[in-house]
Amino acid sequence: MTAFFQSLGLSYEWAWGISTICGILLIALPLMLGVAMIIYADRKIWAAMALRRGPNVVGPLGLLQSFADGLKVFLQETIIPSAANKGLFLIAPIITFTVALMAWAVIPFNSGAVLADVNVGLLYVLAISSLGVYGVVIAGWSSNSKYPFFSAMRASAQMISYEVSIGFILICVVLWAGSFNLNAIVHAQKDHVWIINGFVANPLLFPMWVMFLISGMAETARAPFDLTEAESELVAGYQTEYSSMSFALYWLGEYANVLLMCALNATLFWGGWLPPLDIPVLYLVPGFVWLLLKILFFFFVFSWVKATVPRYRYDQLMRLGWKVFLPVSLLFVFVISGYLMATGHFA
Amino acid sequence: MIQAFAFYLFATLMIASGAITILARNPVHSVLWLILAFFNAAGLMVLVGAEFIAMLLIIVYVGAVAVLFLFVVMMLDIDFAELRAGFVNNFPLGFVLAVVLLAELVLGVGAYRAGALPLGVADGSGAAAAGLSNTAAIGALLYSRYLFLFEAAGVILLVAMIGAIVLTHRQRSGVRGQNISKQVARRPEDATINVQPEVGKGVSL
Repeated sequence: MTAFFQSLGLSYEWAWGISTICGILLIALPLMLGVAMIIYADRKIWAAMALRRGPNVVGPLGLLQSFADGLKVFLQETIIPSAANKGLFLIAPIITFTVALMAWAVIPFNSGAVLADVNVGLLYVLAISSLGVYGVVIAGWSSNSKYPFFSAMRASAQMISYEVSIGFILICVVLWAGSFNLNAIVHAQKDHVWIINGFVANPLLFPMWVMFLISGMAETARAPFDLTEAESELVAGYQTEYSSMSFALYWLGEYANVLLMCALNATLFWGGWLPPLDIPVLYLVPGFVWLLLKILFFFFVFSWVKATVPRYRYDQLMRLGWKVFLPVSLLFVFVISGYLMATGHFA
Repeated sequence: MIQAFAFYLFATLMIASGAITILARNPVHSVLWLILAFFNAAGLMVLVGAEFIAMLLIIVYVGAVAVLFLFVVMMLDIDFAELRAGFVNNFPLGFVLAVVLLAELVLGVGAYRAGALPLGVADGSGAAAAGLSNTAAIGALLYSRYLFLFEAAGVILLVAMIGAIVLTHRQRSGVRGQNISKQVARRPEDATINVQPEVGKGVSL
């Protein structure tokens, strides 16, 4: 895109700046629209599993429900508790929201269609997702209220615990793909097992995917791991004192994070923008459509789990992270690197 | 132009946030400014072409160390009047430490300028061996030339970690732990009985 703007007679710096801004808008605007629709989808799926109707009043089939909710919170008054640390209280939701958008910079939507094609794309994702906790911790502390504070404590412990096992799972993928670049990882999944595109068909990596899916739910604090906003214990967790747009930013950021986890599942284990099977006919469908379909599928799985699985207790959550996922993923790092060495994968 | 602009932006913000880290009255604010300083340091490393180090800096320091730091500082109830009271007593020690740090900094810069340290050049051109991403370059160096040091560092960290766990672990009595496998193995037949008691007889429990 930089070359296109340069052909319009702009200098390299300006062309680079404008094309980067265009790229950011091309990702962020559809993402925001997607988040609005995915909130609606989440409520509809949840309702269907509970034999309810879900939102069905605003617009045809209730499709405009999220926009009505957005308008509602936009028109509400922003309340800042008088004991709160005002600056940090207002910055916290902005951090959550920004961080949720940042990681999308390295997700490849097609071969070469990626905003920032960096060598260490996967590390970047890991780095950005580890920042997500700050929005929650700062909110909990600056609210100066006990339930948000408990929630912040839980969130920081929970996210650090699951990041450890996610790190080991990602190392397994990187070992097999031989690169930290997400596009290279997608390319490495072509014809991985017979004609199936995707690491998930590999018997050694399939358990890694299952653990990644569950860790992803814990990392994004989705049900059944939504202990940071467990309403039966903590009112609404770190969001308790928030109202109006700052509350909405948490909502949007949370769902953008969930979509990101779905996109990572698709990209790292299910072949990203590649079609599921390596058949020439399937390549007629553009890559981003495959990626979108996979993201929607995983979002359905996330909603399904939310609708059916009861919330974990906090000690069970910690046990799962440290006593189950950590040793198992560490074992798999050993097994997979041993297997790759034995079969001469690196030669 | 973009590089120069980004460099001055990151460098200024880093020095400023480092200064505010020390000057901030609230320790939580200090930690947050420290995190901003880490961030800008990572930005500078990206600029010189060391993206792997930059990402590790964010993952390790911002993502883990600073979170725990914040965790501890948030829970502390620090009394500032008490802290200030020790200022005069601790001043000589602090001054000596500051002088030592300054001397080390001057020595380091001097050695670099004299060419004694093969650090590469500031414009990033010497960042990685030709045709090799710097992740691969660091890996090749760590696992060949510095293999022993690298693994020794790993073993030391492991010992430290186990030591910390052993030191803080308390064996508490009277706690009923949860045995997950036992719970999962339990079948309905083991836990329930179906009885049809006669009227007025009751059930023995």
